[in-house]
Amino acid sequence: MEWLYNIWKKFGKNFEEGGKLAKLSSFYDAFDTFLFTPNTTAKRLGAQIHDGSDSKRTMILVVLALVPAMLFGMFNVGYQHLLATGQLATGLTAALWWKAFGFGLLAVLPYILVSYIVGLGIEFTVAQIKHEEVAEGFLVTGFLIPLIVPINTPLWMVAVATAFAVIFAKEVFGGTGYNIFNVALITRAFLFFAYPTHMTGDEPFVRIGSTWGWDGGAAVDGFSGATPLTQMATGTPVELGFWDMANGLIPGSVGETCLWAILLGACLLLCTGVASWKTMLSVFVGGACTAWLFNQFGSADNLAAQYPWYMHLVSGGFAFGAVFMATDPVTSARTECGKWIYGFLIGLVAVLVRVLNPGYPEGMMLAILLMNAFAPLIDWCVVQVNINKRLKREAAK
Amino acid sequence: MLSQKTKDTLLGPLNVNNPVVVQILGICSALAVTVQLKPALVMGIAVTIIVAMSNVIVSLIRKSIPMRVRIIVQLVVVAALVTLVSEILKAFAYDVAMQLSVYLGLIITNCILMGRLEAFAMTNNAWDSFLDGLGNGFGYALVLVIVAVVRELLGAGQLLGFQVIPESFYAAGYENNGMMLMPAMALILVGCIIWAHRAINDKEGK
Repeated sequence: MEWLYNIWKKFGKNFEEGGKLAKLSSFYDAFDTFLFTPNTTAKRLGAQIHDGSDSKRTMILVVLALVPAMLFGMFNVGYQHLLATGQLATGLTAALWWKAFGFGLLAVLPYILVSYIVGLGIEFTVAQIKHEEVAEGFLVTGFLIPLIVPINTPLWMVAVATAFAVIFAKEVFGGTGYNIFNVALITRAFLFFAYPTHMTGDEPFVRIGSTWGWDGGAAVDGFSGATPLTQMATGTPVELGFWDMANGLIPGSVGETCLWAILLGACLLLCTGVASWKTMLSVFVGGACTAWLFNQFGSADNLAAQYPWYMHLVSGGFAFGAVFMATDPVTSARTECGKWIYGFLIGLVAVLVRVLNPGYPEGMMLAILLMNAFAPLIDWCVVQVNINKRLKREAAK
Repeated sequence: MLSQKTKDTLLGPLNVNNPVVVQILGICSALAVTVQLKPALVMGIAVTIIVAMSNVIVSLIRKSIPMRVRIIVQLVVVAALVTLVSEILKAFAYDVAMQLSVYLGLIITNCILMGRLEAFAMTNNAWDSFLDGLGNGFGYALVLVIVAVVRELLGAGQLLGFQVIPESFYAAGYENNGMMLMPAMALILVGCIIWAHRAINDKEGK
């Protein structure tokens, strides 16, 4: 990632004394410390680490990668609200654009606050009890949680679910870096199983009522807040096309709808080497292959089986899960070959759940959690195969 | 009133030697019957009676049981008692018997029973065996009741079928937690009880 650092340094010249942006130099300094401190690296001698990356830097990069999805999600929350209440009948003016974003900002902000306050509160308490330092792990988790819940989830439920996930999916295993399951996904899974009416159906994904008393309204006739996957599970043909899905101005969990925002984040993660491109790619490949097989051989009555394979990849939380959840370095497979298997199976299981279980319209969360449990086994098998291969080679000599 | 040894026999299984949270026995039925408090209570009482009675019977005939076939003899005793209890339940508490369904019959294979018969009744006199059975039954029932109270209260807002959480809570946005009705949550709750139990006992140095 040296070339990226060089770009950053070049960009930094603007902030020096007399530069164009000299007044903002403190911002540059702050980000410089966040992203590139410590910058001490080992000498290029033998097998050594060349980049002094630590978990703080990794976490900040993931949060930065999530920002496009978050900003778009905020806008989309407002946009869906305006659409549902019929305010977009005359088209999207600049004033309405800002209203949409403002509405979304006000709607999403409480979720961010609740998730950070509850999660960090528990982290600080545990660190105090165990006499440890507070780990950075929750920075990303706290940012992910608002992105993967529907916008109408009551805040207290998010608080309960966050507390449950942080305690039972993370702290009991030993804290950041020791968790078996992705903490943010456990939060969502808890909500999904504990309060199912708030997680699926027509109601949860579009906020029609007011936010903090601002801009209440009633849904216009014929408006349905169902996500494409919900429609499919209930037997309604999906009318939205590929580009609607990719552009993301559709109902869905806050951060999952826009493919472009997610891909922007993916670029940052891949360029900086934080996420593994093998895992990411193989999730998409696994999902595409499975969906393609269903297209060819699936039952004609099953809408999800007949849903084109490329549509499976852009609908629901597939892309979001593949980019930000499956690549979680703590819970994913760590061997290079294991990453291929792990990712492929996530895509496979996600599509399997979507197609074969009409009770669960979206399978991405369940697929990733399931494979989280199997990641150590996959790694173990890969290592064993390698050991056996080498033993055989030695024996043949 | 009781000697130290009798006290340990009777009260030990309630805490430091609890069959569920220390010996990790009988987990399966603890997960299955604790969705509501009532079946959990009935199950706890049924197991207590069966453990105590079978302990006494096996203890009385322990000297005439051939070692090689002792498991079969123990099973026959337990099976007879389980049949008796389940028939009584079907006659007088049909609904609960239906809720407990197979788990009532499966008391026969409950690890706690076989464990107590093998480890205690085969080598102790009838009175001590009786106390040991009572203690272990109560220890098991105690954990069941704690888990069932939490699950029914948070999962359905009720206790013993009566609405405990007031309507005003629901009006204010509170909702029952569906996760509590799932067996997975029972396992997590048992885990929490074990956690608390160990934390307290470690502090007391037991």
